[in-house]
Amino acid sequence: MKAFLGWLDARTGAVTFARRILFDPLPGSVGWRHCWGSVLVFTFLVQVITGFFLLAGYSASTQTAWESVYHLQFETPGGWLLRGLHVVAAQAFVILLGLHLMQVVIQRTYLAPREFTLLLLLVLIPLALAQSVTGWLLPLDQKGYWAARVPLNILAVVPGIGPLLQQALLGGPEVGHHTLTRFLALHVTVLPLALGVVLAVWWYLARRPSPSPVGTVSAGKTSWWPEQALRDAVACLAVVVTLLLLVVRPGFDGWGVAFPELLAPVDPVEPYSAARPEWFMLFLFQFLKYFPAGSEVWGAVIIPSLILLVMAAMPWVGRWRLGAGFNTAFVLALGLGAVVLAGLAFREDRHNTEYQAARRQAHTEAARARELAQTASGIPETGALTLLRADPLLQGPRLFARHCASCHRYEGHDGLGQVPTDPPSASDLKGFASREWLTGLLDPLRVATPHYFGGTRFEEGRMVRFVQKDVAAFDDAQRANLAKVILAVSAEAELPAQREADLQDADAIAAGRELIRTREMKCTDCHQFRVPDEDAIAPDLTGYGSRAWLVDFVGHPAHVRFYGRRNDRMPSFRRDEILDEHALGLLADWLRGDWHRPAPAVVATDQPTQRQE
Amino acid sequence: MTTPTERRDFLRGLLAAGAGGLAALAPAGAGLHVFLDPLRRSGAGADFVRVTGLAALPADGIPRRFTVRTDQVNAWNRRADVPVGAVYLRRTDETEIQALHVVCPHAGCLVDYAPAKDGFLCPCHNSTFALDGTINDPKSPSPRGLDRLDVEIRNDTEVWVRFQNFRVGAKEKVPA
Repeated sequence: MKAFLGWLDARTGAVTFARRILFDPLPGSVGWRHCWGSVLVFTFLVQVITGFFLLAGYSASTQTAWESVYHLQFETPGGWLLRGLHVVAAQAFVILLGLHLMQVVIQRTYLAPREFTLLLLLVLIPLALAQSVTGWLLPLDQKGYWAARVPLNILAVVPGIGPLLQQALLGGPEVGHHTLTRFLALHVTVLPLALGVVLAVWWYLARRPSPSPVGTVSAGKTSWWPEQALRDAVACLAVVVTLLLLVVRPGFDGWGVAFPELLAPVDPVEPYSAARPEWFMLFLFQFLKYFPAGSEVWGAVIIPSLILLVMAAMPWVGRWRLGAGFNTAFVLALGLGAVVLAGLAFREDRHNTEYQAARRQAHTEAARARELAQTASGIPETGALTLLRADPLLQGPRLFARHCASCHRYEGHDGLGQVPTDPPSASDLKGFASREWLTGLLDPLRVATPHYFGGTRFEEGRMVRFVQKDVAAFDDAQRANLAKVILAVSAEAELPAQREADLQDADAIAAGRELIRTREMKCTDCHQFRVPDEDAIAPDLTGYGSRAWLVDFVGHPAHVRFYGRRNDRMPSFRRDEILDEHALGLLADWLRGDWHRPAPAVVATDQPTQRQE
Repeated sequence: MTTPTERRDFLRGLLAAGAGGLAALAPAGAGLHVFLDPLRRSGAGADFVRVTGLAALPADGIPRRFTVRTDQVNAWNRRADVPVGAVYLRRTDETEIQALHVVCPHAGCLVDYAPAKDGFLCPCHNSTFALDGTINDPKSPSPRGLDRLDVEIRNDTEVWVRFQNFRVGAKEKVPA
């Protein structure tokens, strides 16, 4: 062994080098406060190691980025832990860097000849932030996309090269394949290499024997191994344990979302009002709020650069007694300012109901995206976004809120859970064409309420009059017949939720179909049913509430088959090209409750229910 | 032999190595666990797939190459009815069919039917095989003959093959 080491050392000097690292006297004393260097290097190494394994499962393109991360996190055992470690360690690195920077300034470790202790830390900060921005885009979920979008846009306000730099980073006019490949290339090669080199130089310089900062030359007597090494190792172990605890934490945020977050794949044409940067950048986000349009360059570029410049001058300013005091006050003020700004941002968001709703919506969509990706047919090669865009449960409420909720309601809200300020002026469509809904419509007490015809021009129309006069006077036999008519009309819709009930009541439904045409029930006085009727003035009952019926009705309610000239304010969505066939289909499917439901999972009953619907 | 200081230092070194190793184990372990996930996924048992109709096979026993299409799981994508491989089918009798995997058991290249040699030739290392798939040249680099696949005739006209891959380079035929 000795001979081999001698042979190796004669050719490479590796053994001598290792000996120097391990056994040369340290420049200062041994102590816990000297662990910072090793801890920072170690946190960086955690990133390198977890990063390699993440890269081994990542696929950079707009159709595979989210999909590959989804596969890692939800379909690969332990994938969430790997990704969680990477995410948490990234945040820890920034925090440790900031804290250590304050320590260096307050303890004046930056004094000559150790100026680089501080200067190199200042170089690490922008590198670490760049890692954060490039890393967050890669999963291409809503959060990452918007968190990366903002710095990219800020880049464009840099005078001169800004727009060019932005264009080059995007790799095209919009975020696309090339944005991901470019961000990935930066994130896994140039940036970590630069970080690694700077860290190594910084670490080496800290170990280099030199006069101690205070001036008295005190070459220590103790070597790194084993005393300081033991402290460093224990500190690193503490860091790892903390990271693990942060990853494994139970769903503290109440939404029961998996950690680390993976929101739904981003749809760049849909707004996302919960866009926020990572929490340690919240102070910058808040800071930018105070700069009116046109002056963002000050908040985003000029002032941060000036702050870095002031800090870079600290080793020289700190030579004077007053200067050192200024330096300490400056970093403390910076730290305090960041905490206060982040606190303000946090508080504003807490009281911002729109933001809270957007966040809830984002989590609902994330859970739904996961459900859709887990179907037997899996994720199509066109990407998971295809599934989301074709999902009635996701798109229906959006379409309803945007196009219907100015008059209609869905269970009292706009489809997305918000209650519009203006009162409803048309029916509530939750459960449209279901037995319950029709029973209410034919209830003398309810037909003229805002839930049905109240608020429309039909409030005093023939249907309301029929229900309030004729139906109210029905005897028991007639009422029993009406119940069969309701079953029959509702069966026309073929609602998925009523499939079993419709099968069970087949006889009553058949009887009801006959009753619809009787003089007693009067339906066909105004409606047509199965048999074409040119005199019909009210909506066709044939296929009432079915998908095709709804698509036709919403597409053109003023068609003679429906309300004809008597149509109230409802727009002809298809005829006037407000919505296309695809969107109408999604809306109809959603109203009919016709969407993919995951097979009921075998859930242990003693598990706390984390999601509230 | 050793002084108390040396013993203490040795203990410290041991502890340092232990703590440091443990700390490094977390990211490396989490990563390796994910990286080695494929080893934990056992390949599902192969099912019979309909490859072609009986009429497609020449009566004179000349082999013909067919693409096998079936459902495929590719990490997060699941695709229905896509090409997953190919077989050489050959009539050995009126109602007897022989199915050979196109992959050469030597290094995994795809073999060609070589009418001049009345058998199969691998273009990579010149392994040659007889029509029935056996090695017909003692100098052939392939460790075994072409892999036979289970084949069934269903409803008198349909040719179904149990398509699966086998480990290349091995003397025995082991499912891959």
